[in-house]
Amino acid sequence: MSDTNLALRISNPSKAVDTQSIVGWGVDADPQNDPTYPYRNRTEDNHSGEWRRPTQQEAQVELLKSVEHKWLPAVFGTASPPSGVSGSMRRLAFRWSESNWAHWLLLIAADRVNMIEGLVEDLGRGHVPNIPKEMGVPAEWRHNKAGLLKKLAVAAAIGGTVTGLIVAKRNAGKREPSAS
Amino acid sequence: MRAMNYRGPYRVRVDEKAMPRIEHPRDAVVKVTRSCICGSDLHLYHGMVPDTRVGQTFGHEFCGIVEEVGPEVENLKAGDHVLVPFNIACGQCHFCKQGLFGNCHESNPQATAVGGIFGYSHTAGGYDGGQAEYARVPYADFGPTIIPDWMDPDDAVLLTDVVPTGYQAAEMAGIQKGDTVVVFGAGPVGILAARSAWLFGAGRVIVIDHIDYRLESVKSFAPAEVYNFKELDDVVVFMKKTTDGLGADVCIDAVGAEATGSMLQTILGKRLKLEAGSAIALHWAINSVKKGGVVSIVGVYGPTGNMVPIGNVVNKGLTIRANQASVKRLLPKLIEHVRTGNINPKAIISHRVPLDDIADAYHIFSDKLDECIKPVLLPSGA
Repeated sequence: MSDTNLALRISNPSKAVDTQSIVGWGVDADPQNDPTYPYRNRTEDNHSGEWRRPTQQEAQVELLKSVEHKWLPAVFGTASPPSGVSGSMRRLAFRWSESNWAHWLLLIAADRVNMIEGLVEDLGRGHVPNIPKEMGVPAEWRHNKAGLLKKLAVAAAIGGTVTGLIVAKRNAGKREPSAS
Repeated sequence: MRAMNYRGPYRVRVDEKAMPRIEHPRDAVVKVTRSCICGSDLHLYHGMVPDTRVGQTFGHEFCGIVEEVGPEVENLKAGDHVLVPFNIACGQCHFCKQGLFGNCHESNPQATAVGGIFGYSHTAGGYDGGQAEYARVPYADFGPTIIPDWMDPDDAVLLTDVVPTGYQAAEMAGIQKGDTVVVFGAGPVGILAARSAWLFGAGRVIVIDHIDYRLESVKSFAPAEVYNFKELDDVVVFMKKTTDGLGADVCIDAVGAEATGSMLQTILGKRLKLEAGSAIALHWAINSVKKGGVVSIVGVYGPTGNMVPIGNVVNKGLTIRANQASVKRLLPKLIEHVRTGNINPKAIISHRVPLDDIADAYHIFSDKLDECIKPVLLPSGA
């Protein structure tokens, strides 16, 4: 391998060693012996972190970038920029790398907050969401009536029990002062 | 335009949204003619994938007619009917040069592990997807492929993800002629993986699931031996017994993060979300494959950690290969397989649903109602 090619293959050329001085260097480098072949294309220059980059898209919304990226990827989605409390949680999450659980668990938590924000946003603009329809209850009724009725019965039983317990506790609370 | 709108776990609807526009010189805007709900969309629908934001439009399997192209797109014109690979890939970065189009480094600011994917959370780039009347398609000069005149659009839309994913599962497994291949999961990808295993010369293909109607559909499409794991005392012991005590040559995980079958995995991964979903299908794959065998993973898992029996991987000397399918790399071969009849993708379509009924479609697919295998969405006017 020429010195030029060697320099291309090493990500930090200042730390390159002269591989020609290493006895046996490259003697087993036949791609046919490589279990990753053919997924890694042996082009001699594929260790380089540089390539002809596409035109950079202009960022017109707030983007969150992984700290593992060297640069902003040339193209990105602009679907739902971060906003509100969930947005603050997402910004915080992106302080950590993708190898850190804090990053992902904060994002999952932000998703749950975002769901409530979505509900508030709907109501704020006078739209009451039809939640049963959004959850596909009509389809459940068409294809699984017995299952739906069972779920409703279980929900009613749990709701009734909880209500009963609350009422009982409240009544007990009212009786206590008169007993003392 | 009308588009799917995610409102939180288990809640979706169709709303009016702004028309997509050219945001980069290599963009196109495509009028969607077909889109699908993918099994991996259900992970988003169930709230399993971090950074899935309210208001996003899902849909990474779609085809459509080119409406408008950016100034750097010279190989497509308005009116072309294209199928759009689910990977958003530049075609020129370090990874694209190796054919790893699912790992493009120029399409996803939010993460480095995975490239951009249409409508698949901000962890996969924050793009709106194709469950809509129109979609923005970045790198349109590289990804979209003009649908051949002879091809049914129902076949074309399945070539955007599910067929290549099933095929790559078999390809990564390095199947040798006569091998015993076990596929975990009888969803669309599992069905296609089983079908593809035969194309590589498998001698025996076994598919495992827990829903009888899905297993029946495998028998007609693949065909393969099928077993309902709820009727087996122990999946791994059964696999050993049926393979002379050695294990299968190859195991394919076509299930991913929401596998049924383990209470512990369900609580930690699916309910508490403390790991990247339930990894029980992967456990079974690792433990059912023979020593020195190959485990191929195409089931989607989230990015957090998993309880995976890595010690068994080491002690058994396994090869594990996994990735998102590189659709563009596989398309020429798969289009030829469709033309010659080796694969008949549209046979797995079970439901055709208007876009406006998307909430019902998601619920039916998610809850396995009405013997649903694969739903296709039809935008109004399509």
